[in-house]
Amino acid sequence: MAVGAHYGARDWLAQRVTAVVMTLYTLLIGLIVLWHGGLDYASWKAMFASTAFRVVSFLFMASLLFHAWVGMRNILMDYAKPTSLRLSLQVAVVCVLVAYAGWTVQVLWGHA
Amino acid sequence: MRFRIYRYDPEQDAKPRLQEYDIALDPHDRMLLDALIRLKSVDDSLSFRRSCREGVCGSDAMNINGRNGLACTTNLKTLAEPVELRPLPGLPVVRDLIVDMSQFFKQYHSIKPYLVNDEPPPERERLQSPGERERLDGLYECILCACCSTACPSFWWNPDKFVGPAGLLNAYRFIADSRDRDLNDRLDNLEDPYRLFRCHSIMNCVDVCPKGLNPTRAIGNIKTMIVKRAV
Ligand code: SF4
Ligand code: SF4
Ligand code: FES
Repeated sequence: MAVGAHYGARDWLAQRVTAVVMTLYTLLIGLIVLWHGGLDYASWKAMFASTAFRVVSFLFMASLLFHAWVGMRNILMDYAKPTSLRLSLQVAVVCVLVAYAGWTVQVLWGHA
Repeated sequence: MRFRIYRYDPEQDAKPRLQEYDIALDPHDRMLLDALIRLKSVDDSLSFRRSCREGVCGSDAMNINGRNGLACTTNLKTLAEPVELRPLPGLPVVRDLIVDMSQFFKQYHSIKPYLVNDEPPPERERLQSPGERERLDGLYECILCACCSTACPSFWWNPDKFVGPAGLLNAYRFIADSRDRDLNDRLDNLEDPYRLFRCHSIMNCVDVCPKGLNPTRAIGNIKTMIVKRAV
């Protein structure tokens, strides 16, 4: 039996760490909305004008994308049995997620 | 009492079928295994495994009304009629309620289910303190009945790659043993996206274990040890 693709623990830990980051960001957004008593366009715009908030938002998106990658690969490992099919689908998932990352940067800093 | 039992002889039948039985039980027939033995006295073609008839050998694990368990420790009073009996899910059927356990035992053997210790043995025996011995409680009682592994979706999808709850519980039984000296190799052997980390804590294994053991906790402990070793 071939064992020792030593990334099992790393992915398991990453899945948990990224989940914590996403939870914290969600709480942060919730608090901000409560603080402002709802969000209008002006406060939304002011919020995203701050570099710190953009960095934190990017961190959230990076966590989301990595979390999605680990989860999608887990699903493919269970259900896409032929190695070639699994690899192709994994590459497709990576391409989509990397594209999303690029798009995130454009949204956050494109109009700076 | 009414039963619907999975019947299949791969050498003769094109496909499996469910056979209905209605049988008058004796007042002394208390457990499901008693009823099966009585059924076999009427229809001797019905096949199932059993040995100890008291929940220690693990031979008569089967799917009872949709749930894995031991026939010999399942009280007939707890069962809704007709009682539907099927072989353990996910393993190849040899005949009727008998499944081929090779894959299950292959996974069990892959975790080195024995103590590894090259130190010269003391004159009498390798002693443990009562505390060290206590750490094996909830682990050594496993009877390898396979109720847990064959209820685990991760084992259904990857029986060749995922060790499964029974194998992992036993892996932890040797990891936790103070007399063992093979900890690092044991963790290496499991640090793999399939062998250990296919477990997603669904806890079907805990739900069905007829000995009341908790493979999910053992698996969690192994995961923690591997992560601790890495960070
Ligand atoms: S852990 Fe429980 S269900 Fe699993 S093989 Fe051992 S005794 Fe059977
Ligand atoms: S907790 Fe893990 S081993 Fe137990 S049934 Fe779920 S996936 Fe399988
Ligand atoms: S016959 Fe031995 S466990 Fe049921």
